[in-house]
Order: sequence, then structure tokens, then C-alpha cells
Amino acid sequence: MSIQATMETKLKQAYSPERLVVLNESHLHAGHHHEDSGHHVTYDGTGETHFRVRIVSDVFSGMSRIDRHRSVNALLADELNGGVHALAIEPAAPGEATRW
Amino acid sequence: MSGINDYIANEVKTNDVVLFMKGTPGFPQCGFSGQVVQILDYIGVDYKGVDVLTSNELRQGIKEYSNWPTIPQLYVKGEFVGGCDIIREMFQAGELQALFEGKGVTTKAA
Repeated sequence: MSIQATMETKLKQAYSPERLVVLNESHLHAGHHHEDSGHHVTYDGTGETHFRVRIVSDVFSGMSRIDRHRSVNALLADELNGGVHALAIEPAAPGEATRW
Repeated sequence: MSGINDYIANEVKTNDVVLFMKGTPGFPQCGFSGQVVQILDYIGVDYKGVDVLTSNELRQGIKEYSNWPTIPQLYVKGEFVGGCDIIREMFQAGELQALFEGKGVTTKAA
């Protein structure tokens, strides 16, 4: 299973989201330096390294911004430790404004 | 590892506003760090940028310091405020400016 699909499955199970989008934005980062590789090669933008998670769930109701992010980061800790090094998160509770 | 923790704690304690970032405020090396730099510059607040790319130990240490897995990280008066998404949301809602005001940090924006 792709990292993207794994993340979607985990998010669905944990948050029963009203809306969920997991975007692979790795291609947007082509050309920047990829220092994770241990030597400064230029990243070609393929693969699964940069993601954006947009999610609306009742679980986030009453949680602070930091706590929402901590919750998602903890759920996806394996991915963050295993190749995903940028995770943008746009969490919202039902009824809150979203940009998407 | 305790050495790096002490270093981070000292930076956070001795500077009102500290941004741990990739690159420098003048030359950010990552779009997320660059966004926070732009926001802080727009608000007109004095801050110290700490480039985590200068040291692997620092880069790892800052993730553990606040149990936050990504960079950038903004600290105001010793308190962790958030990463790029949170800073942008707070800025757009006017909450970041209010936070600086509430903590007595001078901003240029009238």
C-alpha cells in the first residue's frame, strides 16, 4: 500500500472524518535541497515525501490548534519517521471555516 | 543530548521570539520556514532565527524539545506557539498579532 493510502486509512479509522483529503505535494518541492539523504542532492519531486492533510472531524471539537496537530502527528508518527518529512495539516471541527 | 537540550532551552529563554527554521531569515531553505519568516517580517517583530541545518543534533533535538516532529517552530517568551500551519492560521485570524501584544512583544504594525 502506498504511504498516501496508509495515511488515509489511519485517519479514517481514528477520526471518522466528515471530509478528508490527503494530498501528495511532493512534486511541489522538486528542486529543493534534500538534506535528509545525507548529501546535498537536488530532489526530483517524485515519491512520497511531502503531504497535506485536510480533515474535518468532530474529534477536533474543543481541541486547541496545537493539540489537533499533535494528535495527527502522533497518529502518523511511523510515516513521519519513515520517509515523510513534511506534513501540512489543516484540521477543523464541523462548522468551522475551511479553505477547501 | 542534554547539551543540545540546554542550548535550545537557553535560546528560548533568552530571546523573546525565536524561530527554529531551515536556512536563515534572509535565505530560507524551505518553503514552510519561508512562510513564517514572511509573516514575522510583515508583522514587524524582532526575532532570532536559528538554522537547524547547521547541526544534525540540533535538528533532531528541536523535534524532541517540544515533541513536535516538523520544522519550523516558533517560540514566544519561552512558549511553543506552533509550526507553519498554525502560525499562518493565527496570523490570518489576527491571533498572532494579539499574542505578541498580550505578551508585551513590540511589533511595528500599528
